[in-house]
Amino acid sequence: MKTISRASRRDFLKIAGTTAGSLFIGFNWFGCDSPKVEVLSTEEILAQAKSFNSYLAISPTGDVVIYSPNPELGQNIKTSFPMVVAEELEADWEKVRVVQANLDTEKYDRQLTGGSGAMPHSWERLRKAGATAKYVLVAAAAKTWNVPAEEITVEKGIISHKSSGKSGHFGEFVTEASTIQAPEEVALKDKKDFKIIGTPVKNVDAKEMYTGKPLYGLDFYREGMKYAMVQRAPFGMKIKSLDDAAARAVSGVTDVVTFGTSVAVVGNSTWPLMKAKKLLKIDYEADGQVEGTVDHDQIFKDLLASGKAETRRKDGNVESAFKTAAKVVSAEYQCPFLAHSPMEPENFFAHVQGDKCELIGPTQTPDRARQAAADILGIPKENITVEITRLGGGFGRRLRADYAEEAVHISKAIGAPVKVTWSREDELTGGAYRPAVRYRFEAALNESGEMVGYKLRGVGMNAGNSTRENNFPSGAVDNVLIESVNYESSITTNAWRAPITNFLAYAEQSFLDEVALEAGKDPVAFRLELLNRAKSNPVGELGYDVDRMISVVETARDKSNWGKDPNVKQGFSVYFSHRSYVAQVANIEMQSGTPVLKKITAVTDCGVVVNPTGANHQVRGGIVDGMGHAMYTNLTFENGMPKQRNFDSYRLIRLKEVPEIETHFLDSGFDPTGLGEPALPPTGGAIANAIFAATGRRLRSQPFIEQKEFSDIKLEIRRA
Amino acid sequence: MANYNLKINGKTHAVDVEDDTPLLWVLRDHLGLVGTKFSCGIAQCGACTVHLNGNPTFSCVTPVSSVGNSEVVTIEGLSENGDHPVQKAWEEIDVAQCGYCQAGQIMTAAAFLKQNSNPSMEEIDNAMNRNICRCGTYHKIREAVAQAAKTK
Repeated sequence: MKTISRASRRDFLKIAGTTAGSLFIGFNWFGCDSPKVEVLSTEEILAQAKSFNSYLAISPTGDVVIYSPNPELGQNIKTSFPMVVAEELEADWEKVRVVQANLDTEKYDRQLTGGSGAMPHSWERLRKAGATAKYVLVAAAAKTWNVPAEEITVEKGIISHKSSGKSGHFGEFVTEASTIQAPEEVALKDKKDFKIIGTPVKNVDAKEMYTGKPLYGLDFYREGMKYAMVQRAPFGMKIKSLDDAAARAVSGVTDVVTFGTSVAVVGNSTWPLMKAKKLLKIDYEADGQVEGTVDHDQIFKDLLASGKAETRRKDGNVESAFKTAAKVVSAEYQCPFLAHSPMEPENFFAHVQGDKCELIGPTQTPDRARQAAADILGIPKENITVEITRLGGGFGRRLRADYAEEAVHISKAIGAPVKVTWSREDELTGGAYRPAVRYRFEAALNESGEMVGYKLRGVGMNAGNSTRENNFPSGAVDNVLIESVNYESSITTNAWRAPITNFLAYAEQSFLDEVALEAGKDPVAFRLELLNRAKSNPVGELGYDVDRMISVVETARDKSNWGKDPNVKQGFSVYFSHRSYVAQVANIEMQSGTPVLKKITAVTDCGVVVNPTGANHQVRGGIVDGMGHAMYTNLTFENGMPKQRNFDSYRLIRLKEVPEIETHFLDSGFDPTGLGEPALPPTGGAIANAIFAATGRRLRSQPFIEQKEFSDIKLEIRRA
Repeated sequence: MANYNLKINGKTHAVDVEDDTPLLWVLRDHLGLVGTKFSCGIAQCGACTVHLNGNPTFSCVTPVSSVGNSEVVTIEGLSENGDHPVQKAWEEIDVAQCGYCQAGQIMTAAAFLKQNSNPSMEEIDNAMNRNICRCGTYHKIREAVAQAAKTK
């Protein structure tokens, strides 16, 4: 196949191809409004810049380059991390360029995106990186001017000595500063003096995203590379026979490669491969359990009744608490498998050359991709480079390196650079799912409606522990038994945004609503009663901070006008996950007999809010994510294969299906505690509890729209 | 294989591809215009939205053979310097999270506002409902379209 025009591609390579092995550069287009100012490219700045530490280089022009090591998948880390460095450096944000760092385990630790952990982990490190650089710049200025360093001030990249009237920008001191040893310990700013942190700094990749520049792995191209697509076996099966004659005959297909239970078609562009893949004739045979959703439903029932459980927590005497209870409440909750479905399908570039390998693409765990490649090729990790592109979403899917491994296998087999691309069908059938889970809750109430016994038994699939035993309401109840049963499924599973808690929170917060009702108590008052008990007289170990949880509960109650308007039916939910606390209230208004979901109010304590725009994005996005999957999305299996294979049957939430979301953040004084996941878990419970308040229907399984209790409710969703 | 002369972003591009090749893959693989995104491939998500004679079109299901003399505009050609009112509104409102769907969202919004320069919020909702954003930036998309309508 002949390509005639490639001009635009060459342009982009010229722009992006050269710097320190870094392909994609984030620009702040600060020069756009003033054409007279000559704006240097990031490459030009780096060519003359002095490096101060792993995060920071400053050029004699005063331009500051900040490296962001963690993969950016929409959590805004590529903007937020540099903000923290720039804050302590006292840099002028307009003079800051941000560069995505490649994998470098010498320079950076925890270079991954997962567990809402990047900011909590790096907060201190980033501040020190900025503060130590400022220290040596000030020391250099003091030496140059022969004045005491203590008398020097720094603001927006300008170093000044007031009494002598001397001042200069960072660039004037970089040479001198680079000869000064940075101190081990350095004073950090008081939070009240923050100038950049806490402001809505805009996304550093905005201009490139909105003009269609190549930023993502799928946009990567290198002259001479091949394209590949892969047909994978159903779960629990292997290849019995393969007839690839028809696939090979497609114009543009150059090779068919088999590895493990996968068959790859290789060629010169994507479309012929999509056609060729459908022409592969592969017979599979069982190589383990071949499962379906019907089997899973039975497995859940059996293992809840008699499965071998691991005791995760035991307080007091549960048996006697339930025997002597005035009332016992019990309920079971279940959710389906889900795919991650990031908008950018899985893809990766690999170029294996002898004992060396180059990897480029979207990954949440670049080190894991490198290790996987080292294992496949039998070469040292040091011989492998990993370049991290911007990720078109992740949600946990890109914690796995399976699609990078495919690229390595294929590149090795064909002896050429190759980019593997997954179709949406590949993404939905390719495994690593959020697994289905079923929970049974039981509560014992005494005569005064106090919860004196609490039991939770979870059956998970490849989940290990499907509970969070030290989470609320543990600590607030005298007699507690928490057990987990694990089933090993042949269907591959993986972390999915807020692993375990993405469904456990919904189940628990719905169940506590049921218990409050049976106890004749207001759902918020009931939770506060338990929390106050955990505060004054805690039982056993607590994995959460009771005061922080009480604060978000009380603030959400007040901000949502809880229980004040009889026309508004409300559902409450609060959850602690990944170090942060989020309470949510869903409002349903009855409009001529129709329940209308109009608003969700969210109150978050995530410690310091680094970037309010990013924080709002994570809370609203987490709520939309939690709501969409609770309401609409289902992945079911038959014969080891998902039945839903694209967005026509695998339903994702759309714009018209989201209510108003009002967000509040508490100033708790804590350092940042993470926000990529914590807003998602409470959402399903808040909505389900509001639906119950409005209609009397209790939803104990997801997705809601497929439950018979939901079928005649006719819930509408409308803003304003 | 056949030769096609495609009018894209005001220039003519010659390509030699199979008749059934979707415009999406001609843009991405043959012309290096990768701003137009692949996501579902079956006209469900809108990530691949381009303008065909001004109409928002799913390029993933548009065979190159059906394009003919139509004027194709992609995100790269929406404006000279990234300063189309919709692009400016997207920047100002800081819409994106991962950003992958946003080129398609912008193309849908730009075509819609050209046909309806003074839309109601309900009309904005109806127009933008054809594009999926997995990160859930829907509130900001809505806000940005409304803002672009005001500044046009």
